[in-house]
Amino acid sequence: MSHAATAATRSASATPTPPAARGIKRFREARIAWIFLAPFMLAFLLFLVWPILHGFYLSFTDQSLTGAGGGFVGGTNYAEALGDATMWRSLANTALFTLLSTVPLVAIALVMALLVDTGLPGQWLWRLSFFMPYLLASTVISQIWVWIFNPSVGAANELLRSIGLEPIAWLQNENTNLTAIVIATVWWTIGFNFLLYLAALQNIPSHQYEAAELDGAGKLRQIFSITLPQLGPTTVVVLTLQILASLKLFDQAYQMMGGISSDTTRSIIQYIYEAGFVGYRFGYSAAISYVFFAVIIIVGILQAVLLRQRKAEQ
Amino acid sequence: MSTSIETPQPVSIDGGAARPVTGHRVVRTSRMAGKKRFSGLRLAAFVALAVMALGWLLPFLWAVATAFKTETDAASGGLNWIGASGITTQAFESILSQGNIWVWAFNSLWTSVAITVITVFISAFAAYAFSRLDFRGRRWLFVVVLASIVIPPQVLIIPLFYQMLAFNLVDTHWGLILPQVVMPAMVFILKKFFDAVPIELEDAARVDGASRFRIFWSVVMPLSRPILGAVSIFVFINAWNNFLWPFIVINDTLLMTLPVGLQTVISAYGVQYAQIMAQAVLASLPLIVVFLLFQRQIVKGVATTGFGGQ
Repeated sequence: MSHAATAATRSASATPTPPAARGIKRFREARIAWIFLAPFMLAFLLFLVWPILHGFYLSFTDQSLTGAGGGFVGGTNYAEALGDATMWRSLANTALFTLLSTVPLVAIALVMALLVDTGLPGQWLWRLSFFMPYLLASTVISQIWVWIFNPSVGAANELLRSIGLEPIAWLQNENTNLTAIVIATVWWTIGFNFLLYLAALQNIPSHQYEAAELDGAGKLRQIFSITLPQLGPTTVVVLTLQILASLKLFDQAYQMMGGISSDTTRSIIQYIYEAGFVGYRFGYSAAISYVFFAVIIIVGILQAVLLRQRKAEQ
Repeated sequence: MSTSIETPQPVSIDGGAARPVTGHRVVRTSRMAGKKRFSGLRLAAFVALAVMALGWLLPFLWAVATAFKTETDAASGGLNWIGASGITTQAFESILSQGNIWVWAFNSLWTSVAITVITVFISAFAAYAFSRLDFRGRRWLFVVVLASIVIPPQVLIIPLFYQMLAFNLVDTHWGLILPQVVMPAMVFILKKFFDAVPIELEDAARVDGASRFRIFWSVVMPLSRPILGAVSIFVFINAWNNFLWPFIVINDTLLMTLPVGLQTVISAYGVQYAQIMAQAVLASLPLIVVFLLFQRQIVKGVATTGFGGQ
C-alpha cells in the first residue's frame, strides 16, 4: 500500500476534523513519530553515520592505533593504496574467490531446491543436511575443514590415496589453498541460497503444473517450460546477495590459513584488518576501507544497470 | 517467484504470500502426493538427492567421529569411523573440564540475546513510525536509512574501534553489542510488513480512544508475531556467528564469544585433533538443536529476510 493510499484511507476513515485542529493533530503525530524513531535513529547516527564520516576523515590523516600521528596528510593514503601491490593482490584474491564461489553456490543450490521440491519423502532430512552447515560459526567450519584438509592424515588426502591419486597439500600449497577455502565455503553457506530457491519454487501455483500435465507434458518438460523461466527474478536476487557476500570474504580464509597473511588467500578485508590492527596504521587502513567500499558501490551500480537492460529487452 | 523485484512479497515456505493477519499455517500437500508412480525419473532424483545429502552431512559426521577417538587414533589417519582403541569420550571430558567453553557459550548466548532484543525493538518502533505516522521529512529520512543498507559493516571497523576507545567500551560486552544493533534492512522489512496491515484494525482501536503507543503495542505487535519471529531468528544467527567485530573489540579471554574463543585454542592445542573436533561439535550443538526445534520458522525466516533484504 502506498503512502498516498494510506493517507487517503486514514483521512477517509477518521472522523472529519476542522482545519484548525488538523495542524495541532499533525504536530502531535510528528512528536509521537519522533519518540518512536528516537532509539533507532540515535543508534543509527552513533554507530553508522558517525563512523562513516569519521572514517572518511581518518583516511586523510596519518593516525595510528597507538595515538601517535593524526595530522592531516591529504590524499597521500589513497595515492599509496592505489600504488600498493599488496592491496591490488588482495582485491584480486577477493574477486577470484567471488567468481569461484558464486557459480557453484548458485547452480548447486538450484539443483538441490529442484530435487527437494519434487516432494520426495524425507523433506526435513534434506533441509537439515543442506542448511545445517549454514548455522555453524565460521570458526567451527574452519576447524572441521582444516582437519579434513590436513596434508598428512586428513580425510581429503586419505580419500585421494584410496582411489590411487597423489595427495595434495591443500592449504599449504599456494596453487590450491584458495580452492580449499572455496570448497569449505560452498559447503558452509549453500543452505541459504537453497532455501531462497525452495521458497520461490513453492510459490509457483500447482495449477500450472496440473494444466501442463493434462497437456501431456512430462516432468522434465515441466521443469524446463514452467519452473525455470519463473525463477529468473529469484536467480537475480540470489546472485546479487551471493556476490556481495563473497566480496566480504574474511572469516574462513583468515582462520583456515591460521591467521597468516598469504599472498594467495589474503582478502581485502583481511588487508584492512592487518593495516589497522597489525600495522597500527589507522589512517591507511581507513583509506583502503573506502577503496573497498567504492568497489562494492560500483558492483551494486553495475548490477542495477544490467538488471535495467534486461528489463528493457523483455 | 512470480512477483517482480521492485515489490518483493514476503514469502512463506508453505506456499502463497505470507498473510500478516492470520497465524494459521497453510498445509502444503506435496506436488506428488497421492501418486504412487515410481517412475525412473523419480528414482534418479531420489538417488541424486541422497548422494548430495550424504556429501553435505559427511564432513560434520567425520568431525563427530574424530571427536570420539583417542588422540593417537585421530592422528594415525585412515578413513575408519571408529578408532582402533574404540569409542572414547576423553576429548569431550578434557574440553569440558578446562572450563572456558562454558564461559564462551554463556557470553555468546547473552550478547546474542541482547543484540536480538534491542535490534528487534528499536527497528519495530522505527518501522512503525515510517509506515504509519506522519512527520516532516519522513520520505527523505527513510531513503537515507534505506541507502545505508549497502554499507558493509566491515568497512567501519577502524572508526568504530576508535569510537569504542573514546567511550571506554573496548574489551566490554557493551562494546561488542552496541555497534551490532543497527540493522537498517530489518527496519525496511518490518515497515513493508506494517504497510500491509489493514488500517481498519487500527482505526477501530482509535475510535475507542487508544493512544498510538497502545495501538502499536496491543494491536500491531501481536499481529506481527510471524515476521518478528523471522527477523529475530535472522538477527540471532548473525549475532551468534559474528566473528570480525568481536575478534577486534574483545581481548580478554573470559569475555570472548564462542567463535572468537575457539580461534584462540587452535594454536594452543597444536595437534590435538580429537579435542579440537570435540570443541567444534560442542559449539555447534546449540544452533543445531535450535534448528531442529524451530525448523519451520527458521526456514521461513531465511526466505522472508533474504528476499526482503533486497
